[in-house]
Amino acid sequence: MENLNLFIRSIFIDNMIFAYFLGMCSYLAVSKNVKTAFGLGVAVTFVLMIALPVCWCINEFILVPGALSWLGEEYAETDLSFLGLIMFISVIAALVQLLEMVIEKYSPGLYNSLGIFLPLIAVNCAILGAVLFMQQREFSNAWTATVYGVGSGIGWLLAITCLAAIRERLDVRAVPKPLRGIGITFIITGLMGIAFMSFLGIKL
Amino acid sequence: MNLKKTFLPLFNPLSKDNPVIVQVLGICSALAVTAKMEPALVMTISVTAVLALANVVISLLRNTIPSSIRIIVQLVVVAALVVVVDQVLKAWNYEISKALSVFIGLIITNCIIMGRLEAFALNNRPWPSFLDGIGNGLGYGIILIIVSFFRELFGSGTLFGCQIFPESWYEAGYMNNGMMILPPMALIVVACIIWAHRSINKDLQE
Repeated sequence: MENLNLFIRSIFIDNMIFAYFLGMCSYLAVSKNVKTAFGLGVAVTFVLMIALPVCWCINEFILVPGALSWLGEEYAETDLSFLGLIMFISVIAALVQLLEMVIEKYSPGLYNSLGIFLPLIAVNCAILGAVLFMQQREFSNAWTATVYGVGSGIGWLLAITCLAAIRERLDVRAVPKPLRGIGITFIITGLMGIAFMSFLGIKL
Repeated sequence: MNLKKTFLPLFNPLSKDNPVIVQVLGICSALAVTAKMEPALVMTISVTAVLALANVVISLLRNTIPSSIRIIVQLVVVAALVVVVDQVLKAWNYEISKALSVFIGLIITNCIIMGRLEAFALNNRPWPSFLDGIGNGLGYGIILIIVSFFRELFGSGTLFGCQIFPESWYEAGYMNNGMMILPPMALIVVACIIWAHRSINKDLQE
């Protein structure tokens, strides 16, 4: 029940895009058509699903103060938490590299349409952001961390697919000249964010 | 070499080639920390410092980095600098560091930094790269300051935590606009800045 609540919360209420603005760069740049946007969303969800439990283990068994006590008594005092950022970003970069090879092999079409934004998932703030939030919220086990990762990923997927659908239709509308392109996209994202706030306070 | 050309990397990003509203980089953190002016200012200083130093380091290493692993090298350099900034901030002002929570760590994945390293530092000498770093950091900062100015002024009636609107206004029925504190309003304020900026610089319109 706890996990279901967390799952729903991370999709709708703590949505990566609308509540924290994480992963905006690729969100704005890849949302020109629905199919590519959906592909990127799935890739991000996948990376989050694997990165979160892995980083949870690293944090729990290596980084937090006293975590190294399984190595022996003399390590019980060690505090490596300052290494967190570097360890997390390395895990994420390695995962993205792996994902890139898999996609290139099994779906060359998606690989070509994502282009530069596939390797850039490594620097997608949504992923590092989710890892840092996980560390901040001190989840009790790796399973909860996975649920949070998948939930955040689906939330991101939902947001980018919706925006891509709106932008496809927007091409034929008469938008004021200076607002065309990026300006109107910002306004739409803002309005979608306000709409998503109506989910606030939902508890299961 | 004339002076104007030397300082082009410093002044260009302030308006014509602004990283946030023209290159559309680094939006993530730009919006999340702008509910108040103080965190916005601290964020500006942190990003400028990391960006300028990372630009210099990568520019010095530019001839020795093999291009196939350059992303990893850049990430490691940036991550190391961010760890330093994070630790300094925790020691110097713990309150602000708490308020910025994960966003200092997220400087690593700030697209402005990766973007400038890729586009500028890899092909230029250290001194222009340093100026480019400072310029882009300040260009990012200008937008942050403008957005947080409007959001704090209309959202809480304060600037840097000091009350601006006199008490008598509130007694006369003036109310803070709670909407401005909410995250989505940051996007709409930035959209207004883009609108104004592109109305003046017509060549940027799409």
